[in-house]
Amino acid sequence: MSLTDGDIATIWVTLRLATTVTILLLIFTTPIAWWLARTRSWLKGPVSAIVALPLVLPPTVLGFYLLLAMGPNGAIGQFTQALGLGTLPFTFWGLVVASMVYSMPFVVQPIQNAIEAIGERPIEAAATLGAGPLDRFFTVVLPLAKPGFMTATILGFAHTVGEFGIVLMIGGSIPGETRVVSVQIYDHVEALEYAQAHALSGVMVIFSFVVLLTLYTFQRKRKAVSMSYGR
Amino acid sequence: MVDKNKKIKMLDKPSKPVPSVQEIQACFYLRYAPLAKPSFGLDIDINIPGQGITAIFGESGSGKTSLLRCIAGLEKNVSGSLHVNGECWQNDSMFIPTHKRSLGYVFQEASLFEHLTAIGNLHYAIKRNSQAANPELLEQVISVMGIKKVLSQLPQQLSGGEKQRVAIARALLRQPKLLLMDEPLASLDTARKLEILPYLERLRSSFNIPILYVSHAVDEIVRLADHVVIMRQGKVLTQGGITELFSRADLTLGVSNEVGAILECNVVEIDTKWHLMRVTFDGGELWLPNKQSEQNKQNDVQRIRILASDVSLTLTPHTDSSILNVLSGKIVEIINDEEPAMSLVRLKVGATYLLARLTLKSLQKLDLTLGTRIWIQIKSAAIVR
Repeated sequence: MSLTDGDIATIWVTLRLATTVTILLLIFTTPIAWWLARTRSWLKGPVSAIVALPLVLPPTVLGFYLLLAMGPNGAIGQFTQALGLGTLPFTFWGLVVASMVYSMPFVVQPIQNAIEAIGERPIEAAATLGAGPLDRFFTVVLPLAKPGFMTATILGFAHTVGEFGIVLMIGGSIPGETRVVSVQIYDHVEALEYAQAHALSGVMVIFSFVVLLTLYTFQRKRKAVSMSYGR
Repeated sequence: MVDKNKKIKMLDKPSKPVPSVQEIQACFYLRYAPLAKPSFGLDIDINIPGQGITAIFGESGSGKTSLLRCIAGLEKNVSGSLHVNGECWQNDSMFIPTHKRSLGYVFQEASLFEHLTAIGNLHYAIKRNSQAANPELLEQVISVMGIKKVLSQLPQQLSGGEKQRVAIARALLRQPKLLLMDEPLASLDTARKLEILPYLERLRSSFNIPILYVSHAVDEIVRLADHVVIMRQGKVLTQGGITELFSRADLTLGVSNEVGAILECNVVEIDTKWHLMRVTFDGGELWLPNKQSEQNKQNDVQRIRILASDVSLTLTPHTDSSILNVLSGKIVEIINDEEPAMSLVRLKVGATYLLARLTLKSLQKLDLTLGTRIWIQIKSAAIVR
């Protein structure tokens, strides 16, 4: 039972996809999380709901709409065509965009919770000490919300690795480009290559277990640390 | 002890020549959303001295903290204007954001940055200070606040009192033109409070920064403040010098058993045999216990508080009483107390006013009315510092 070159290529695509998506999500959704954590606007409810939609919608629904939007006649498709990039479906970057939508709540929510937990006070204290808005974010919010960012990174990465439905809808199964591990396993099973399916599935089980173990160990350590300091 | 002369130099840099006297002019209008339960607003227009410690006094919910937050620029949607010692921080057309205002803010809870050590917290302030770094200042602040031993510790490892001292040190290292303190002792128990008060007194003598000190604790104000602003329901009720305000009978400051006048006294004699000291004030002299812990010296200026409930009146001077302090004065005001049995009597002794809390019955028995000349007895042991 060993991995074929094709299997290894899918692992490679999967890791590349998950890394890209996680990095982009951290950059682009931190402002959203920041806004959600601190706003008192009535828009908070609607925006929170939109961010959380991927949690409840079947991936096929999401994939269907994204396919239309990114297609030649969709809004995103028209935009990318105008930029001379062609259309996104069945490309790696199409997969990246779709995965970002799908994994967004897993990144936004931990960051939002962490920023909410900090509260206004340390930020105000920093302001009274002469720190401007960006300075406050990088020297106070970021370090204090670090556990939230760690959780967001791990969950965002792991969730992107584990997706299947939306990949089929948007990415298809182009080897080396859009064929990820979960799709590869599906293909193996379809072709009755159970040994191959076993190998890849085993890799996924071990990977997922290690990720979750890391996450929980990390969280428990934080709690222990804060308890030992508590007075 | 650190050399006193050396301490006084710091932060004493004269600011730009100011056209008028040193003054803080604040005018704020703020109304919270009608959803806020007890609908609350702030409607303030005051000028307060731009030096010394000004206490902002009032019950909780009277708008003290809101006023301080407005001055710091932390409160959004507030209209008004603010000038601090000749510098405009806010008016109708401009609003200087908090981080560009030269102020220090000490919050009720220490609000240290939990991810930085004590010294890290101090450096956070130093790094953002526009004025040139001054290594002597850091050393001085650390020694005045007595935090040398805890510098390498994280905030979670510090006691409440230590945290608050680090927070005060951090605010000082910003070298602010104005220091705002929002009930810095309120979150501490009595023992910790007593631990910090001497540091705050040292703050007044070591750093020449105007301080606005929000509190609802009379004892803190008596020890620290020069000037008092009294707030009620979002408005300024009155303001004035501390001795003047506390000897008024019509303002019940604090709970009724805390009502009392404040005197500024000079220590003129220390009696080592009986552990007493003689102090004089504008209108007479008093004997009071010379507490060992205070290390009083001749010519010291002492601020004492004489509670109205510790003052009794007689029509003739008693010599057969255990009371050491007998003063002569006259009644200038009589006000009915909240309690139906009691009244508050304002007495004039020389140029100084005292308050006495008497029952209406004894008032009638002695036939005390406005202008009556009386003898005032004050128990030495009851005089509080």
